Amino acid sequence: MGWLNVYAAVYSPEDHTNLFDMTTNAGKQMMWIGTTVLLIICILVINHKFFDSFAYVFYAFMILMLLLVLVAGSNINGSRSWFKFGAFQIQPAEFAKVATALALAKYLDVPGMNLGRTKELLRIGGIIVLPCILILASNETGSTLVFASFVIMLYREGLPGWIPALGISVAALFVLALVFPKLYIFAGIIVLYGIIVLLMPRYNRTTRNLLSMAMIGAAMMALVTGVDFFVNNVLQKHQRNRIKVLVDPTIDPLGVGWNVTQAKIAIGSGRLQGKGFLEGTQTKFDFVPEQSTDFIFCTIGEEHGFIGSTIVIALFIGLLSRIVILAEKQRSKFARVYGYCVAGIIFFHVMVNIGMTIGLMPVIGIPLPFFSYGGSSLWSFSILLFIFLRLDSRRTALMRR
Amino acid sequence: MLENRKWVIIGVFCLVGLTYLARLFYLQVLDDTYSLGASKNSIKRVVEIPYRGQIYDRNNQLIVYNTPVYDLYVTPKQVRIPDTVAFCRMMNITTSEFDSIMGLAKNYSPVKPSLFMRQLSKEDFARIQDALVDYRGFEPVISSMRTYPAHTMANALGYVSEISKKQLEEQDILYYRQGDYVGHNGLEEQYEEQLRGKRGVKFMMQNVRGVNKGSWKNGAYDTLAVAGQNLITGIDVEVQKYADSLMQNKVGAVLAVEPATGEILVSVSAPTYDPNMLSSRYFSKNYRALIKNPYKPLINRPVMASYRPGSTFKLIQALIAQQQGSLFPNTMYGHSGSPMRCHCRGGNNLRGAVQNSCNPYFYHVFRKFLYFNGEHNTFKASAIGLKEWHSMAEKFGIGARLGIDLPSELKGNLPTPEYYDKAYRGALRWKFSNVYSLSIGEGELLISPLKLVNLAATIANRGWYITPHYIKGFNKPGVGVPAEYFERHETGIDYKHFLPVIDGMRAAVSHGTVTPLANIEGIDLCGKTGTSQNNKYGHKFDHSIFIGFAPMNNPKIAVAVFVENAGWGGKAAASVAALVAERYLKRKTEAKKLDEQVKAANYLPPVSRVPAPKKPAAPKKDTVRKTPEAKPLMTATSPKPVAVAAASGH
Repeated sequence: MGWLNVYAAVYSPEDHTNLFDMTTNAGKQMMWIGTTVLLIICILVINHKFFDSFAYVFYAFMILMLLLVLVAGSNINGSRSWFKFGAFQIQPAEFAKVATALALAKYLDVPGMNLGRTKELLRIGGIIVLPCILILASNETGSTLVFASFVIMLYREGLPGWIPALGISVAALFVLALVFPKLYIFAGIIVLYGIIVLLMPRYNRTTRNLLSMAMIGAAMMALVTGVDFFVNNVLQKHQRNRIKVLVDPTIDPLGVGWNVTQAKIAIGSGRLQGKGFLEGTQTKFDFVPEQSTDFIFCTIGEEHGFIGSTIVIALFIGLLSRIVILAEKQRSKFARVYGYCVAGIIFFHVMVNIGMTIGLMPVIGIPLPFFSYGGSSLWSFSILLFIFLRLDSRRTALMRR
Repeated sequence: MLENRKWVIIGVFCLVGLTYLARLFYLQVLDDTYSLGASKNSIKRVVEIPYRGQIYDRNNQLIVYNTPVYDLYVTPKQVRIPDTVAFCRMMNITTSEFDSIMGLAKNYSPVKPSLFMRQLSKEDFARIQDALVDYRGFEPVISSMRTYPAHTMANALGYVSEISKKQLEEQDILYYRQGDYVGHNGLEEQYEEQLRGKRGVKFMMQNVRGVNKGSWKNGAYDTLAVAGQNLITGIDVEVQKYADSLMQNKVGAVLAVEPATGEILVSVSAPTYDPNMLSSRYFSKNYRALIKNPYKPLINRPVMASYRPGSTFKLIQALIAQQQGSLFPNTMYGHSGSPMRCHCRGGNNLRGAVQNSCNPYFYHVFRKFLYFNGEHNTFKASAIGLKEWHSMAEKFGIGARLGIDLPSELKGNLPTPEYYDKAYRGALRWKFSNVYSLSIGEGELLISPLKLVNLAATIANRGWYITPHYIKGFNKPGVGVPAEYFERHETGIDYKHFLPVIDGMRAAVSHGTVTPLANIEGIDLCGKTGTSQNNKYGHKFDHSIFIGFAPMNNPKIAVAVFVENAGWGGKAAASVAALVAERYLKRKTEAKKLDEQVKAANYLPPVSRVPAPKKPAAPKKDTVRKTPEAKPLMTATSPKPVAVAAASGH
């Protein structure tokens, strides 16, 4: 049953290597793929109990590595997050995701776990936040944000709906506060409040309910004002610009805006059918910065056009849905939780990465799974995915029996 | 309950996927602004500059061609110079010059080549070529430079240099870019469009740093450069060079045309300069030196100098008075009643008056002309007469631009009644006695050598002229010549009126006002001398003028000569004209004695007496001036209400 996943996983790297026949990165990436295959074989032969039993050990090891990298890592582009082994570099942050996913799965595997309890929630939060802080300390904001994707898993496992709702609304308000003048937002909140009150059943319109809703509205306004004040008055000009650029890249056309504009030009120039394999002028001539890593999707968009990008997105959605469905079928809670973690992490990467190349998401430097150049990310995604497949194969083996 | 949340999660996945697909559809299929951006980004137009057209004379001799030179480009990032001092010594520049050039280049781009030194000659390049191997980052690019094998005619040819900022901004059609070469002044400017050819465009792919990555679509959209057309001129280089040698140490102009076609045979502006000076990489240095030269070699005197025509204008007076009916060939006037002095004995008929250049005679001719109408009030009669005079003289091309194929022709001045009305602050406040100096070509008349040679050609043709022009054709004679240079301009003077005037002109050369040596045997020169007043240094420094044509019947060459500060017109100017005509007609010079005499003569005014280059005064409305100090040495542009009474004519 795992054939679709395997196909997706195998298809994508192949596509990807072809793209890189032109560049010097191609050879290295071939090597990474070779080692990845070795890793996959290792994972597939190891007993499934291994992951279960050693989940905390992995986690502890990764935390150690993250600590170590802060001290011993080499400095690349101002972030101290890489281990250098000769010509090759490894980014522990990528593997921290895997370890955290395993640790979470292990923790939630305990029977009688109830996410409604604040104490449990705090502990889980601790498991997630600890690597976050360490990664943030090594100046890799993008990788830190990935840990937000565990919310998807937690939601499935019974996290109260209001927590993600709160997170999403705070994020939305933050963005809105940057984009629109705050008076508009205030007016919007008040209008929304009025609509909700009008739609409320009459018997529900108690003073207490109305008051609490007004409190929420006021809190939203306060948040907007706070963001506005913080951005415009507290931050230095260049920091302010950096935040504003996240929302509106066009204000800095030669800096961050340059990346986004060039990415959009590259993708837009692909038209319906694309320029043809290896025919892309934009990506091949380095107009799009970091096109072999974070902006890899531009190459697909330019060379394979709308059809190609549609296929890629469809493949990702298919893969994600497949993982979710498989996760649901798992016998053990450990495997299910882990499966959701995998889906969440991949989803977050895909959403942010493709979103930023087409100008829907702020520019956050995280790779596109299975496509982007880079050994660490290829390894970590392969490990992530194939541990799940190993767990899944355990299930099918049981069924056959 | 919780199991159903998987549908929420899958729903979110699909929602995001659909949003992205919609966005991609918009970006890639609906909106084409981004695809246009791509071609602008990565495909660069590389312009190929074609060879500029060459310039030939009428006998197929080269006047201007292109020599290959080398522009040296530098790519700052690749530069490795082990010993800067040695390098600078080799390149013949100072270290500070080197630093400033490199600084500019680095500012422009560290990875793109920028110009290091332009127009290294083949010899210079051969000298450094081997050594250059040791210095990385320098790359020679072949280009071309205008070369003038005849070393002559600089003023009429103009020069080719980098386009100025102003020109760049004022283009009608955006053709030129910064750093392009463009013709300045003279024929190079006039025929710029034909000479420059058509630029080719190659589309090259490049990456974000501008490094070339091969041609785009294998050159499917490239256009080839079309070389400029070769300009064939009517100039006779041999005679031109000879005329140059005659005009050494003199200030002035020599112009000769073929009367039947209007083609300019000789166009000398003296003093001049070697045109090669302004084509090398020392352009700016040489240009500055030329600008500062007190004799103003940059002025193209044949079209840009304004003189009073002096006695040569008597020819027009004689012709239009005959046409008006106020003068007959046998009309005789004495010296009495005229305020002008004269050298001749008086009592001439028209032939004799032309031969001897009798001032009182033409005083009477002009007086009769102005009053030759029914009006008894002398003020009114003068106004009517002058109007008629103006309209008749105008037909000779005086007082307006003739339309020569040079960009800098001056209009000159032929006064109208309104002109005097203004000068005397009201109509009918002036009459003949105020303007009589016009009768002998003084007063408010202003004329360029070009107009005088045109007058000579008109008389040679007995009544018509073709606008003088340099062009004889593009690539082949007769091809691409503007239609106006085939058009005959009639002066409205009857054929018969020319005969006594031409007789007089012949007599002037054979035994009249012209020095006997200039009456060269076998060329049958007809002419008229003139001495343009130049009171600045006294009459000794009058300008010497001669116009004429040869031979008398079926003339082949019309010539006008101005020699500034050379005094009497019969000597300096007439001698030059005679020698030029002889050389053209006989292809050799037999009048050796005259030749030596002329070459030995030095009429350059002492530098101390040359007015220092003035700040360019507000230019007159009717003048077109390219160089800021385009004032010739002697130019009387201010109207003088009362003419100087004393005038001479020989």
